Amino acid sequence: MHPFSLSRAGDAASAIAAHAQDATLAFIAGGTDLLGLIKDRAVLPQHLLDINSLPDLARIEALSDGGLRIGALARMSDVAAHAEVRRRLPVVAEALLFAASGQLRNMATIGGNILQRTRCPYFRDGDDLPCNKRRPGSGCAALEGLNRSHAIFGWSQACVATHASDVAVAFAALDARVIVRGRDGQRSIPFADFHRLPGDTPERDTALERGDLIVAIEMPAAQEGRASHYLKVRDRQSYEFALVSAAVAVATDGRRIRSARLALGGVAHKPWRLAAAERALPGLSLDDAEALKPAIATSFADSRPLAHNAFKVELAQRVVLRALQTAGGRA
Amino acid sequence: MTSRTKPAPNVPSEALRPAPMPIKVVVNGQPWTIAVEPRTTLLEALREGLALSGTKKGCDRGECGACTVHVEGRRVLSCMTLAAMQDGRRITTVEGLAQDGRLHPVQAAFIEHDGFQCGFCTSGQIMSAIAVIEEAKAGWPSAATEDVARPFTAANLTDSEIRERMSGNLCRCACYPNIVDAIADAAKGG
Repeated sequence: MHPFSLSRAGDAASAIAAHAQDATLAFIAGGTDLLGLIKDRAVLPQHLLDINSLPDLARIEALSDGGLRIGALARMSDVAAHAEVRRRLPVVAEALLFAASGQLRNMATIGGNILQRTRCPYFRDGDDLPCNKRRPGSGCAALEGLNRSHAIFGWSQACVATHASDVAVAFAALDARVIVRGRDGQRSIPFADFHRLPGDTPERDTALERGDLIVAIEMPAAQEGRASHYLKVRDRQSYEFALVSAAVAVATDGRRIRSARLALGGVAHKPWRLAAAERALPGLSLDDAEALKPAIATSFADSRPLAHNAFKVELAQRVVLRALQTAGGRA
Repeated sequence: MTSRTKPAPNVPSEALRPAPMPIKVVVNGQPWTIAVEPRTTLLEALREGLALSGTKKGCDRGECGACTVHVEGRRVLSCMTLAAMQDGRRITTVEGLAQDGRLHPVQAAFIEHDGFQCGFCTSGQIMSAIAVIEEAKAGWPSAATEDVARPFTAANLTDSEIRERMSGNLCRCACYPNIVDAIADAAKGG
């Protein structure tokens, strides 16, 4: 790794001020993504500020209204093992357990997880290959290169990468909010607005500005929470990023769908919510696959597969259907 | 072809590298005060600084699990954390498992079940396996658990649960069946 300095943040206000003032400074918590990026020379911060000892940021709270608040420094393994997370929102616990390995889940934080950078190989180890995320203006090697694992929705000529987080897909489906403290105080960002589409500036993944510190993720109580499921399809059965994944939560009257929340991972630069399918599904029976399929398909009219990933269009619809039926079985 | 390790122009030169930072750690019960450069990983500090070479450097990218150690009783990847961030922590490596000349039950089970060939991944496998058994006892579910909303007990630690929970430890000799047998056996004994 290149030489960098390291110091420990004493309080949030000074950490935020330091981050706002110094563009070469990066926060470090679990470090599992950041150190990999540094080793791959994809990012080269000159100063790391260790935020692990900031107070009160690792708490997992079951809110009295039925929602959940997860502190940004809570470890993935602690969140996944938490009884109320498992009981209220199984999709969150499952998304965490289907990610990374036991060792990494003990280290990685929730705030860091949603900030992880893409696994696009041209970004990760492409010192000599064009990548607009790594070196803005250099081009996108994946657009005409090997793009089997890349986006089918929302990509631009500048970038076809996907977002790698699993739990972010669950957060998107549940309309979570990202609680951020910045230079001008605290604000709450709807999850749908947190990650960006690439457009002409794929080097920016999120809505965060310099000086912003994620303090928590809040999930409102939802009638669909309990009957929820995360289904992940990948090249290996374990310890692999998604080809396609789905976070689904459903509310039912008997076997009939009252409302559904659907989000996909592995298909876009951000978790991809299936709004059209969510409008088409209510009233249908969970047992009527032939009616569910066209309802789900309404969200794929605007899919734009690349040379090597057309299979994702069909795969994603099947993943949604199966996740929906599994979630419905928990109602 | 251009070198992939050429330094970017905005990186501080080696001459400007930050001074070593003193940290106090307890490794295998032994307190140490050592000075580490900020960029030193815990893995490098254990191997090069404390000469504890039982912990292995495989991929150095968090992909193989060969560097697994316990920090405050939890399994972590020592290649993906900085030594300077471990100040005040209690660390256990494979060298710290045997007590009074007697192997840890998981070490003994790996021998009994022939859970290795070349041995390079074995210290990481064993450190991970010990934690897997503890995590199951603590009621942690996994991706192999059918319904995470239900309580998990150590009695639910099936072979498929063990495989899933050990998926962060690769073995290129492919001793997986014997590793699973060793862990299942040790879990029963514990």
